[in-house]
Amino acid sequence: MTNNKNYQKTLFTFTGWFVSLLLFFPIFWMIHTSFKTELDAFSMPPSFFFFDATLENYGIVQERSNYFHFSMNSVILSFGSTFLGLLIAIPAALAMAFRPSKRTRGTLLWILSTKMMPPVGVLVPLYLIFRDFKLLDTRIGLTLVLMMINLPIIVWMLYTYFKEVPHPLLEAARLDGANLWQEIRHVLVPITFGGIASTFLLSVIFAWNEAFWTLNLTASDAAPLTAFIASYSSPEGLFWAKLSAASTMAVAPILMFGWFSQRQLVQGMTFGAVK
Amino acid sequence: MGSPRHHAEAGEFNQWRFFMELRRSDIILSRLAAGPSILLLFVWMAVPLAMTIYFSFLNYNLLEPGMEQWTGFLNYEFFFSDPAFGQALFNTLAMVGMIIVFSVVLGLLTAVLLNQDFWGRGLTRVLAISPFFIMPTVSALLWKNMLMHPVSGFFAWLFSAVNLEPIDWLSDFPLGSIIMMITWQWIPFAALILLTSLQSLDESQVEAAKIDGAGPIRMFLYITVPHLMRSVVVVVLIESIFLLTIFAEIFVTTGGGPGLETTNIAFLVYSQALLQFDVGGAAAGGVVAVILANIVAIFLMRMIGKNLD
Amino acid sequence: MATVTLKKISKSYGDLEIVHGIDLDVKDDEFVVLLGPSGCGKSTTLRMVAGLEDITGGELKIGDRVVNDVAPKDRQIAMVFQNYALYPHMTVAQNMAFGLKLQRMPKTEIQQKVDEVSKILQLGPLLDRRPADLSGGQRQRVAMGRAMVRTPEVFLFDEPLSNLDAKLRTHMRLEIQRLHRQLKTTTLYVTHDQIEAMTLADRIVIMRDGYIEQIGSPKEVFDHPNNIFVATFIGSPAMNLIPMKTKNGMDGLTLESDSIQFPLPEKEGHQVQANMDVLVGIRPTDMNLAHKDDGIAPQWKFDAKVEVTELLGAEALLDLRIGGQEIMGQVEGKDMPELDANIQITFNTEALHIFDKASEKAIY
Repeated sequence: MTNNKNYQKTLFTFTGWFVSLLLFFPIFWMIHTSFKTELDAFSMPPSFFFFDATLENYGIVQERSNYFHFSMNSVILSFGSTFLGLLIAIPAALAMAFRPSKRTRGTLLWILSTKMMPPVGVLVPLYLIFRDFKLLDTRIGLTLVLMMINLPIIVWMLYTYFKEVPHPLLEAARLDGANLWQEIRHVLVPITFGGIASTFLLSVIFAWNEAFWTLNLTASDAAPLTAFIASYSSPEGLFWAKLSAASTMAVAPILMFGWFSQRQLVQGMTFGAVK
Repeated sequence: MGSPRHHAEAGEFNQWRFFMELRRSDIILSRLAAGPSILLLFVWMAVPLAMTIYFSFLNYNLLEPGMEQWTGFLNYEFFFSDPAFGQALFNTLAMVGMIIVFSVVLGLLTAVLLNQDFWGRGLTRVLAISPFFIMPTVSALLWKNMLMHPVSGFFAWLFSAVNLEPIDWLSDFPLGSIIMMITWQWIPFAALILLTSLQSLDESQVEAAKIDGAGPIRMFLYITVPHLMRSVVVVVLIESIFLLTIFAEIFVTTGGGPGLETTNIAFLVYSQALLQFDVGGAAAGGVVAVILANIVAIFLMRMIGKNLD
Repeated sequence: MATVTLKKISKSYGDLEIVHGIDLDVKDDEFVVLLGPSGCGKSTTLRMVAGLEDITGGELKIGDRVVNDVAPKDRQIAMVFQNYALYPHMTVAQNMAFGLKLQRMPKTEIQQKVDEVSKILQLGPLLDRRPADLSGGQRQRVAMGRAMVRTPEVFLFDEPLSNLDAKLRTHMRLEIQRLHRQLKTTTLYVTHDQIEAMTLADRIVIMRDGYIEQIGSPKEVFDHPNNIFVATFIGSPAMNLIPMKTKNGMDGLTLESDSIQFPLPEKEGHQVQANMDVLVGIRPTDMNLAHKDDGIAPQWKFDAKVEVTELLGAEALLDLRIGGQEIMGQVEGKDMPELDANIQITFNTEALHIFDKASEKAIY
């Protein structure tokens, strides 16, 4: 019996690791390539172990391509849109969670439905509006767009976290003499801090990886890493090692954010339909 | 079974009570609080959508400013009679359908596997979920260059290692290649959600089935699969909404080609608007995309709505 | 300490009135329990006193002050919630200090108060823990401590023991009793558990559907229920109610049903008349097994068949059938008859209750 169990566990360990490594392999290969020289990157058969590991690519990407500019844009756009989104969404989620009306349910569903509109449906007018208001290729314009894209998810996630706070807790605070602001500051925020943090992370991830509007509404000034990496698609840009280095830097922080927030990801992506 | 239901009823009563209890100042305050979000989203959705619909009835080309003309359904006629539309619609549906099938099936297998107890399970989960967090342009170029390149790609090496002719993936199987790379991005999503759902499977139900004499296979078919059905539907609906508008992957790998072989509706609208500057035609395409997405969205909203209380 | 006065207090949600103009005077230092089934309006009433619900109509006074529109924090009350509502992110000490801190009380004074209360409740070793690390009983004590540090004029308890297991509940009941004797603070206590009500209350207020059915000491409501609802709600196992008719017999009124009949024992001031449909109430504990030499007249002995027996230990419950009537009886465990046995029982006629069937009011 125990032998059989051990055998089973070994089998699962083997297949489990195999499948996971298979899924991870492209990412591994990218990181691996980023340490090769351009020559090694192209060599056939590929060099697995016996190449001269080099950090050179990372340096070159930084120096030659203004990488810092693009990554700065990514940071500004994703964090900016997230902060702005939270600022607008927190009061809305509070109101709907603690002072629901007959219409709250419908409002929430409507807010979600806006997330389901395909971006191509509004590409043309938005492009024209941006052009006329001189917002094309500006950070402010793109920040607004990314905020609007994530706003439904932010409102929704915050709402579900706020709704889980037991009402008596807030009533206890009221009896303890707290006013509305103190209730929020001393009771609500500390209790839902984890939820607010994961909402924040998820929104940053989505904004960082957004690749429809960032490709269509930017050229260079406001272009984030998605657009920068896309520029490697031109045939002249076929420097795999440098592409890999740039890509690795572009995905590394967000990959770590993702690992931290995978639990909440389920809630955020399915709007509570899967628990 | 009784208690969660009870809880829901109590919750409903509470909500209703809070609503009835509202004072005037409360109502004003909560409207002020929720107002900006609702207003912004309404403007964000309604204004451009109305413009899209309006443009779709105009003959409007950015290269001929000031020549806009009302043309009725002409744009739609052109759009639907354009062979590119048929091709794009087929490609869109093929991508959505195939990617969903592959990602759900493979994601389900992955989820069941990762739900077993084995050494280093936590770490394997982290590895397996990773592709979902890779930005689309990175994963597209990564697959196009380092994996699928006909000469120096990793797959080419694999094929030659077993004495097969390497394949020029993106030229010979463009649609299949796109489907493959995007499936890779979405397997983790399906796996993660199904894994979450698996973990919420009631342990006592499993034990009851064991006592009733169900073996592992029947257990899976009669207990696990019905439990997962709901989550599978959710995964299918959510993936549909995202996959209907695949863009970046096509943009950086094939540019919709060769020919129109990887052009989907999203890319077609993009190229009509920003490459050919045909605003009217692109708007008509946009309206079609909105309608397609809405068909899926209706089902998804229903499921979410039911779960809201 | 203070009195609490409810004058024609009512509560409506929209068109729906759920508390219908109730009157209640809680005396200084008194322990009053609001008792009733769920949905009877007892919690709503308590929450109105706390200031957590608006008062739709009537006047609420705490002491001499009308407090209808006074904010909860200024009503000199403290409340213990059903689920304790402890702040999960604060330690026990911080939980207790929170209200005082919002009052801007000096730190040393807060410290002193917290120490004082935690000594009474033996919370000393728990002060640095968080609620998640406490047992149910400990959380309960912290919740009381949080209420006590504020030295309120009135304590409000909302089903405070309903989440504890039976043993702990008994223990905490005694604890609350002890505290009340020690602190002598006016207390309003909501529960649906009649044992809590009987053991804790100076006076019990029994509520149903937003009305007060009866107010009285535990002994009063047990011995002299006003109506059928109170009679069946108080006491466990519940009072038997036997439908009977009153008739004019040779020696005055008799009570009759298909299978049972007996003369109405004399009693002063009763309102029983002939030819009434009544319900005769008799508590299972007021039933005895008949003996040959108990000196009770034969017309007061009734043949019964034992259909179900439940031995509880010291006592035993019997499901009896007297003719067409099912009756529950309680006897001492050692006297428990065999199943299906035919026995004779007697009633304690002094403990007889009679209710008018139409109005459900006590008439005897």
